[in-house]
Amino acid sequence: MNGMIQNREAFLGKIANRLGRDRKKVVKRPEWKFQPQDEVLKNATQNDLVDVLREQCKNIHTNFVLTNLAELSGSLKEVVNNYGGGPVVSWKDERFAQYGLGKLMDEEWPQDGIGLHVWDHTKKEVNIDKANVANVGITISDITLAESGTAVLFSSKDKGRTVSFLPANSVIIIPKSSIVPRMTQAARLIREKVKSGEQVASCINFITGPSNSADIEMILVVGVHGPIKATYIVVEDL
Amino acid sequence: MAMKISTDKFNDRVDKGLQDSFMRGAVSSAQERFQTRRLAAAKELGNWEDWRSHGEEIRQHVLENLDFYLEELSENVSKRGGHVYFAQTAEEATEYIQNVVKQKNAKKIVKSKSMVTEEINLNAGLENLGCEVIETDLGEYILQVDDQEPPSHIVVPALHKNKEQIRDVFKEKQGYDKTEQPEELALHAREKLRQEYLTADVGITGCNFAIAETGSITLVTNEGNADLVAALPKTQITVMGMERLVPTFEEMEVLVSLLTRSAVGQKLTSYITTLTGPKEEGDVDGPEEFHLVIVDNGRSDILGGEFQSILQCIRCAACVNACPVYRHVGGHSYGSIYSGPVGAILSPLLGGYDDYKELPYASTLCGACTEACPVKIPLHELLHKHRQVIVEKEGRAPVSEKLVMKAFGLGASTPALYKIGSKMASPAMSPFTKGAKISKGPGPLKAWTEAREFPAPNKERFRDWFHNRPKGGE
Repeated sequence: MNGMIQNREAFLGKIANRLGRDRKKVVKRPEWKFQPQDEVLKNATQNDLVDVLREQCKNIHTNFVLTNLAELSGSLKEVVNNYGGGPVVSWKDERFAQYGLGKLMDEEWPQDGIGLHVWDHTKKEVNIDKANVANVGITISDITLAESGTAVLFSSKDKGRTVSFLPANSVIIIPKSSIVPRMTQAARLIREKVKSGEQVASCINFITGPSNSADIEMILVVGVHGPIKATYIVVEDL
Repeated sequence: MAMKISTDKFNDRVDKGLQDSFMRGAVSSAQERFQTRRLAAAKELGNWEDWRSHGEEIRQHVLENLDFYLEELSENVSKRGGHVYFAQTAEEATEYIQNVVKQKNAKKIVKSKSMVTEEINLNAGLENLGCEVIETDLGEYILQVDDQEPPSHIVVPALHKNKEQIRDVFKEKQGYDKTEQPEELALHAREKLRQEYLTADVGITGCNFAIAETGSITLVTNEGNADLVAALPKTQITVMGMERLVPTFEEMEVLVSLLTRSAVGQKLTSYITTLTGPKEEGDVDGPEEFHLVIVDNGRSDILGGEFQSILQCIRCAACVNACPVYRHVGGHSYGSIYSGPVGAILSPLLGGYDDYKELPYASTLCGACTEACPVKIPLHELLHKHRQVIVEKEGRAPVSEKLVMKAFGLGASTPALYKIGSKMASPAMSPFTKGAKISKGPGPLKAWTEAREFPAPNKERFRDWFHNRPKGGE
């Protein structure tokens, strides 16, 4: 159902009046004179982008792991163990099985006593309670920005927003194929989806490392409201 | 708090700032770090001037077509089930938000950092309803716990406080018993605030950039607090200044890249989030109800006039971090939540010359702000324009300037008086002169010489020198 819009006409009328013209009903998005964003990592190969991402992780206090599909399960297990084990919360996402993580999530972790909660929208608020006490939250990057070291996550009913915010540690699986030079490419991908009639996700998170603040004497503290530590596991899926 | 943060006179506020040696040290070292990081981030891109020009052309295009883009934005928010309220005044905005809060029977409200909600004095309006309003940005939380102290910097609100003072605030108000280590202080705030997010009825956020094409809002933080404010309470209210929008995701991306580099020297901050409408069907987290409040509050009066370019501002505070005057007097001296060069331009426009006529004079017109601005606002020219308006139209230059001008006008009006005046200058200044410099000047020179020296008048007047010089111009 459409939401209400109140007081619009007088408000916009005043603006048009101040600009010395009638209300504009059609504006074409201009051809911009400057397009500096296309110069960044212009001719980089996919391997170059992995290297850029690895370097950038050093600046954003993020642990970087490079692995392949065969080793991913072992890598993820090790990362979670290093964070002190469970409880773990993850999205409900068929890519986990595609990446060969079914055995780890369904069998090994339960055997090892590591509790896993897979997001289940039918359980409503229980998901948030689980995420709030989880030690590790696991998500998958939909688009990854090499320049800034950023994972882009699109929310949905199976992909809760808070999985990457409430747990103490955040692990993001990054398919190598998802890496693009910078936010420019992500913005264009999102626009293409919109133009093709797809509804943009109600929440898109561009996440760059763990939460941090320098609000006290400009001294950097890593881990404020969101996760305290973060790991990116890059998977060779190409 | 409202935009106006002090009833003290400008000179008293400045004196207070100049005497606060911790604050001055903190400000100058913060300025240096911000500047170094900003310049490094700009240099890394290689073509920073093109980026600035791109930022400028985007912002100017939006302002020229503001009615169109706001209409598009509101249509698209509505299509996704969000409500949009256009508020001409601070009062209208506050009243609408109060009504939403009453309707929800809300008691606890969590907020993420928003200058425009400070500007409209929203917290007081909500507290009047009996609501508990909790700021979640670490810096703002500290100030709020400390009896609502005003912010002194747009990006680092508690810059003027040291960690020992913060420890004592937590100790006195919340029984905190750990050390002044920033990690421990932050952990304390994390634990306190986590409970607040989970139990709040309403979340209120600002908006860095709205996106017209999709009806989205963008939030930029390092702490992740805005995300929790928006994800957990059942009702979300976002308040935006009416000029803070872009046509599409592509322009948002460019401005965010300029913002994070210029504000903190980061390629991106930890969390950039675009939110579109309330949660979708089946979603567990995210608000059930979403309200976007678009605030004018004096902005449209700036539009179409000689100060229009100040509306290009993306609130990065690069000008604040570059300003030599801010460095000495600190944020509270401006008497407004908007400090530094942008504050000296914006505060008189939004709040009137009665309260803020001195601010355009709190500048050396050195142009460091203009050079730092990522969207190419000609800041020092706007400061100069303010002075022209104050003198020409309003006829009220600050008293010290008036006296000087009056004395000069009188002194320069007849050759005899001018002669006496220029002759007097050197002996009159002699008690204040050290070598060839004046370091503690009287009257109008006082404020100047507190920060730097002023050349002493020559002992020999130009007229005398000219008269006595050997013929032939030796």
